[in-house]
Amino acid sequence: MSGSREKTPKRKMQVSIGDRIISFFTYLVYSIFAFVCVYPFYYILINSISANNLSERGKVLFWPLEIHFTNYVNVLKIPTLFDALKVSVARTVVGTALTVLFSAFLGYMFTRETLWGRKFWYSFVVVTMYFNAGIIPWFITMMNLKLTNNFWGYIWPVVVQPFYVVLCKTFVESTPKELQEAAEIDGAGTLTIFYKVMLPVIKPILATIAIFAAVAQWNSFQDTLLLMTDSKLDTLQFVLYQYINQANSLRGLINNASGTIDIAASLAKAQTATSIRMTVTIIVVTPIILVYPFFQRFFVKGIMIGAVKG
Amino acid sequence: MKLLENKRKVRSLREFLYILPFLALVAIFAYYPLYGWFYAFFDYKPPFPLTWDRFVGFKWFQTMVSNKVRIDQLLSVLRNTFAISGISLAFSWFPMVFAIFLNEIKCTKFKKFVQTVTTLPNFISWVLVYSIAYSVFSSTGAVNTIAMSLGLLEEPKIFLASSDHIWFKMWLWLTWKNAGWAAIMYIAAIAGIDEELITAAKVDGASRMKIIWHITIPSLLPTYFVIVMLNLANFLSNGFEQFYVFQNAFNKEYIQVLDLYVYNLAMGSGGYSLSVAVSMFKSLVSVVLLCVTNGVSKLVRGHGFI
Repeated sequence: MSGSREKTPKRKMQVSIGDRIISFFTYLVYSIFAFVCVYPFYYILINSISANNLSERGKVLFWPLEIHFTNYVNVLKIPTLFDALKVSVARTVVGTALTVLFSAFLGYMFTRETLWGRKFWYSFVVVTMYFNAGIIPWFITMMNLKLTNNFWGYIWPVVVQPFYVVLCKTFVESTPKELQEAAEIDGAGTLTIFYKVMLPVIKPILATIAIFAAVAQWNSFQDTLLLMTDSKLDTLQFVLYQYINQANSLRGLINNASGTIDIAASLAKAQTATSIRMTVTIIVVTPIILVYPFFQRFFVKGIMIGAVKG
Repeated sequence: MKLLENKRKVRSLREFLYILPFLALVAIFAYYPLYGWFYAFFDYKPPFPLTWDRFVGFKWFQTMVSNKVRIDQLLSVLRNTFAISGISLAFSWFPMVFAIFLNEIKCTKFKKFVQTVTTLPNFISWVLVYSIAYSVFSSTGAVNTIAMSLGLLEEPKIFLASSDHIWFKMWLWLTWKNAGWAAIMYIAAIAGIDEELITAAKVDGASRMKIIWHITIPSLLPTYFVIVMLNLANFLSNGFEQFYVFQNAFNKEYIQVLDLYVYNLAMGSGGYSLSVAVSMFKSLVSVVLLCVTNGVSKLVRGHGFI
């Protein structure tokens, strides 16, 4: 199943000119694709650590110039930005923890034969994958529930995800039945079996769900846009978007925020709209890049399960 | 015996009570909003609750096409939606071809590297994509600076605050973000092709192009077919965030797709009821599209994809 073609006979096969040309262009084209995907990140990174007066004029293209890290220190001193970071971290941590716990519990419960109306309630949850009321009815609902301008508006709507429940249920079903039966004979109840027996066993699938849920929470933008008018609840994504659109009014904000304007501060370190935008972009993208290697291990599996079950 | 049965019943109900809070969450956040569709038949002004004296019947559905301005607006929104979905559909083979030729690369390290970096953009948000676009394509961004120093451009070209080729650009950004991810499915499918088939073809002297054409592509077509069907079913749903972040005063006329229009109607001008009516209309057409494509799929493959 590895898909590699290395098993072809050791004997050197005749390589036709046509094949060589194809090879050459394949490497060339994929190098370009790779470059197009990597360079933007690299470009923003080197700009965020280069002299700000150079980055503002677009002079930093291939390697950093006059490296300094004051941007990162200064940006975190902007009160709105630090608050936004806290909100983003909070919603990611709380949202992920609850999503994982709830998916695991529901996935487990839907395998309990004794559960009243098991099949019906399972469909009741899973069917919601296939329809959506639309953003305005959803917004009105959130308003009626007093979840606008409320931190829990980020959490409650997304903690029971049918897809994750399906993943957990499938995983629990694949574990040996004897595990639960043995615990039951020992007199363990439904809940005890869940957290003493099942939780440790289904850890791999929970890790997958945790990463998916965390990235979704971290990336979420639309819910802030719709629900939150109180700027205390703005997330990093939202603040970044605002910064890009109000690039020009930014400088004043920073210079006020960083207290006394040091006249002597070199131009290279004075904040510019560009430096802030780039620095915040790197701050927002870093967690994703950090969890990405873990992601990669899971997503082929995840997409296949999704394809079968979806 | 009776005692045991009773005990079982009690446990059955107790287990139901355990999941009841979660079912309530699903009911509240997935089912209850559906009732919001009633707002399409009322004259709804946000702070006041719905009352029957605000019932207006099909007024909003008529408003959608009531005068020339409205009709023009709706037509332009539909034009944008169709254009952007149409381009996506026309290029929907791209991830498949991407996967096929990626698989032709012999150097495993390079292959892995390309796959890793092209999949990464799928996991960043549209806001970040926009931030990257802004950084790279602004007047002092990398593209303009390099093009100018190479003498390709006399003065900075405005890429983002313009409506030139906006539909195609939106497709490019979507592809930049999603192509690597979309290719994974095909890569997995290629890995599942019978190795003996390929060895046999090689022994018979088939060139790489011949193998691709006669073995790889035919075995990927079923997957591709499903993707095309899904694309058709979602023809009216381009998504919201991408177009919201990329919209500006210069490209608004060409970037406003249905999902964005629904939002702009409600949040921009407070036309909640009209907005819900538009979104209902969209949902109805989408359901019809889904049924039609599923029917086609049943006809062609013998089974649907839902």
